[in-house]
Amino acid sequence: MRGWMGKFRSFFLFGALTILLSGCGVDNLSALKPKGYGSDLLFDLMMISIAIMLFVFVIVMAIYTFVLIRYRQKKGQEDFIPKQTEGNKALEVIWTVIPIILLLVLAVPTVQATFDLADESTKGDDGVTTIEVTGNQYWWHFSYPDDEISTSQDLYIPTGERVYLDMKSSDVIHSFWVPSIAGKMDTNPGDNDNTMYLEAYDEGVYWGHCAELCGESHSLMDFRVIAVSPDEYDQWKEDMQNVDPEADAETADAQEGQALYEDNCMSCHAIGDGAAGQGPNLTNFANRTKIAGILEPTKENLESWIVNPEEVKPGNQMPANLVSEDEASQIAEYLMELDHSDIGSNASDEEVEEE
Amino acid sequence: MSTAMSQNRGLGAAIWDYLTTVDHKKIAHLYLVSGGLFFLIGGLEAMLIRIQLMQPDNNFISAGLYNEMITMHGTTMIFLAAMPLIFALMNAVVPLQIGARDVAFPFLNSLGFWLFLFGGIMLNVSWFTGGAPDAGWTNYAPLSTVSPGHGVDYYVMGLQISGAGTLIGGINFLVTIVNMRAPGMTYMRMPLFTWASFVTSTLILFAFPALTVGLFLMMFDRMFGSVFFDTAAGGNAIIWEHLFWIFGHPEVYILILPLFGAFSDIFSTFSKKRLFGYSAMVFATVLIGFLGFMVWAHHMFTVGMGPIANSIFAVATMAIAVPTGIKIFNWMFTMWGGNIRMTSAMLWSIAFIPSFTIGGMTGVMLAAAAADYQYHDTYFVVGHFHYVIVGGVVFGLFAALHYWWPKMFGKVLNEKLGKLAFWPFFIGFHLTFFIQHFLGLMGMPRRYWVFLEGQGLEAGNMISTIGAFLMALGTIIFIINVVYTAVKTEKVSGDPWDGRTLEWSIPSPPPHYNFVQTPLVRGLDPLWVEKSEGKKGMTPAEPLGDIHMPNASILPFMMSLGLFIAGFGFIYQVDDKGWLALVFIGMGITLGSMLTRSLKDDLGHHIHKADLEKDIEKGAGQ
Amino acid sequence: MSHEDVLNPKQLPHDPEKATLEGKNKFVGFWFFLGGETVLFACLFGTYLALNRSTSGDNTPEHLFGLELVFIMTMLLLTSSLTSVYAMYHMKNNDFRKMQIWLGITVILGLGFLGFEIYEFVHYIHEYEFTFRSSAFGSAFYTLVGFHGGHVLFGLSWIVALMIRNSKRGINLYNAPKFYIASLYWHFIDVVWVFIFTVVYLMGVV
Repeated sequence: MRGWMGKFRSFFLFGALTILLSGCGVDNLSALKPKGYGSDLLFDLMMISIAIMLFVFVIVMAIYTFVLIRYRQKKGQEDFIPKQTEGNKALEVIWTVIPIILLLVLAVPTVQATFDLADESTKGDDGVTTIEVTGNQYWWHFSYPDDEISTSQDLYIPTGERVYLDMKSSDVIHSFWVPSIAGKMDTNPGDNDNTMYLEAYDEGVYWGHCAELCGESHSLMDFRVIAVSPDEYDQWKEDMQNVDPEADAETADAQEGQALYEDNCMSCHAIGDGAAGQGPNLTNFANRTKIAGILEPTKENLESWIVNPEEVKPGNQMPANLVSEDEASQIAEYLMELDHSDIGSNASDEEVEEE
Repeated sequence: MSTAMSQNRGLGAAIWDYLTTVDHKKIAHLYLVSGGLFFLIGGLEAMLIRIQLMQPDNNFISAGLYNEMITMHGTTMIFLAAMPLIFALMNAVVPLQIGARDVAFPFLNSLGFWLFLFGGIMLNVSWFTGGAPDAGWTNYAPLSTVSPGHGVDYYVMGLQISGAGTLIGGINFLVTIVNMRAPGMTYMRMPLFTWASFVTSTLILFAFPALTVGLFLMMFDRMFGSVFFDTAAGGNAIIWEHLFWIFGHPEVYILILPLFGAFSDIFSTFSKKRLFGYSAMVFATVLIGFLGFMVWAHHMFTVGMGPIANSIFAVATMAIAVPTGIKIFNWMFTMWGGNIRMTSAMLWSIAFIPSFTIGGMTGVMLAAAAADYQYHDTYFVVGHFHYVIVGGVVFGLFAALHYWWPKMFGKVLNEKLGKLAFWPFFIGFHLTFFIQHFLGLMGMPRRYWVFLEGQGLEAGNMISTIGAFLMALGTIIFIINVVYTAVKTEKVSGDPWDGRTLEWSIPSPPPHYNFVQTPLVRGLDPLWVEKSEGKKGMTPAEPLGDIHMPNASILPFMMSLGLFIAGFGFIYQVDDKGWLALVFIGMGITLGSMLTRSLKDDLGHHIHKADLEKDIEKGAGQ
Repeated sequence: MSHEDVLNPKQLPHDPEKATLEGKNKFVGFWFFLGGETVLFACLFGTYLALNRSTSGDNTPEHLFGLELVFIMTMLLLTSSLTSVYAMYHMKNNDFRKMQIWLGITVILGLGFLGFEIYEFVHYIHEYEFTFRSSAFGSAFYTLVGFHGGHVLFGLSWIVALMIRNSKRGINLYNAPKFYIASLYWHFIDVVWVFIFTVVYLMGVV
């Protein structure tokens, strides 16, 4: 299939389109700048459909323009009565059959791509990663059941290989979308589990969105996919498996913060492996690309998020003013020390950048 | 009594007249005014949405209010603006086009309107009682079932009531077209607008019950503790999606087909040519209606139905492009070789062709199931459906209103103002929505309260908002035109456009009974047939005689009012069982009115030959 | 000839329900309405089939349903459909008294059906604590069967209202269409029940 599409690229129109459209949007976010197997496949399918559609549009516009110029009423023609044509069998057949053929041309790669993206043939094989994705209002939980790792908001995957995602929701319907790597898939509550796969070509931090209206902070339910080389990925796994959730903090402030965390936060937020709790898992928090999915990872942002979560993400479940600002600062100090693995953290410098 | 309505009646009498009327022409006025008002409300909501999205991280309206705004914008525009405006046209035109004196069920016609209006008012009352529905116009469970407050309850009750009205209207037009056609008006001589109304009514009949069921289940879940969509108790949230889209997809054809019909009539009239490929057009209309029921799941490609279901629905959806393409080409070839007059009605129709073609093309792109994994729930989809709904339905409504305004009100809308309204709206429309396709592909999901800085979305959103203001400007000019025309313009004859179909053979506005004598139809475009033989008007199919007309009644209003009252009872009995009293009062009014209707004979009245002869002297016969 | 006379001809035509335009409109319109009702019940059946195994570990269909009672109910409703056919036969022969008698029998059979249905629901609720809220299966069951029961109740009220309203004046072209479509409605209810019997009860027990 790829080869077949490769030939298609040689069409001038097609090439021009690709160049034109790929100028759109920012890297690692735009679906028009594919960086993974799924988005690449879909980009090609998009281009085929746009090419066919433009072909039709040009024909329609040509007839349209001609008719409007040629047959518009001219001065002195007000009483002209045109011939009352009933129709034309040959023309009718032409504009029925040609669209059918064009649609078949589009239908074939559509069906192929649909089946391709639903392929689960290697799922469960040795060395193939399957990650459980859980959508929550308004954050994402990722657990790696084979490796006993849990994390939230930042999804680590190895480059160059297929990673399967088993997807569900703990509350309402969400939709997991990483435009530059793959399409989207809904996460449903109950037994309607879904599976999709990601395959990132290059290392990088890719932006992800929730795409199904899920409440007030639907637009703030962002996450990131961090693709690292397979070696680094193995290192990351090892780091994450060696996390000691109860390790004592270093500075005095952080130790205070740890105690406050245990009193106020731990009932919802876990550190280390575990099922999705009430709130996001905080393992490796110091290396998160964003706080709450959207804020720059600074201590000030973290403090204001802890004290006044409603102002950052309306409708979220974290209680406001649970701790004072001073206490929040100590908790932030502690969380910023949760530096369990620095894999991928250098990548964050080159993330989403406008061109 | 009805022919010589007192000229000097008071305002009270006029209001009472409209409250009780069963005349399809007056019901058309009611639909037009209320649909128009809801269109303005929905437009205002759209403007607030666009202002919020003018710049990144904007805080013009809060997240919760924003979700209410998008929900009410969609719901209002679809159910309370587009549908009633279409019913306004159908009421104003279909009986005239088939040579009938009224619709088959004048009483039900009135009932359908009042149900719609009370349902629409109910939905909008929610703004003042603690918050509008906020789960999107698609109202997906379980977001909707767990939505706090009563917003979604208003959605459920409001749509249930207005949906019942729509269903009644649909059945009414089906029977009208089947049974009430004038002699000689065979199916294959019906104007395209009538054909499209017929197919649309069929779609309403078979699509709305699915929504009815969905709304009932939603109502039971929210108000009476059932667990259809509650996965914790074994329920299944996806059922709502299926029921909603089994209704929802045919709904988009319900919206567009009547306007396809209107465009066909307009292209034909203003090109002075018979419609090119009439039978192909009829066939395409029916085929679109039929296929419309086979494709609902293309709204659900990302739900996880599996590749087989996705592929089937993808190919079925693509198939709809074929009959739609046939229509586009036939319209262009209707103009081919014609004598095209650029009236405002024609301008809107001509603008429709490229706009709708773009909407149709993105539709085919969306049908490609796998590619939809990228498009779905992004601004690409928002761009697409506004291209078909604004570029198709709204352009069509403007075109049709300009075209039939003289028939409804006896005056031609001012042409200069008509064109002045067109240009800002047309340019604004493309500015607003074309860029949205790209915003979607660049990674902007729909229903986003804010977009973040640095994602390359700033320029596109700004352009889109500017376009929205231009559309608002165009709408305002149109309203000025309506007022100006009402105040300034002179009355016109019954046939200002050199029309081809039956409605132009009678005075504008038509008398209460439409046709003094039922006309004899001798071909497609019956008036044109007579004109081309040098005759001035239609040949009557019957001698002048008494005309039997239905009686006015307040009962439809009462029935709808009862349901409106009961609706509040249903909504608030969740908080306090005392509200059940309202349910009993409301249902009492409704069922009591129904019983009265059933037990009291309503034989109608006669307009006598002598009165008709007087009217003819004043010009009713033409 | 006044309208009154038109509606009360000396010789009633063989199809009095379709002799006037109003009658024809009612006849066609009601068939369309039943088309819509079919979709409504199809959606309810679909919902039921999607949820009838979602019992939340509570009462299952096998556990609840017994065929004896349902069989009697089916017989009552099927017979009532037949008696309403007789009523329409007599209407066409302008035999008002016999029509009223057969309609009366129809109503009695319908009431019997309704009584058993209420008994059945009460039984489930009290003996099994199987309610509208206990599981998705419960919600779907009561909604589907309850919608049908509601239709039966409405149909009965309608027929009774027609019988009383016209008891003094016999059949004419004004009320014949009303009787006729009421009987159509009754047949439709019967057909829906056949599906409920099959899909809910038979398939539930087997």
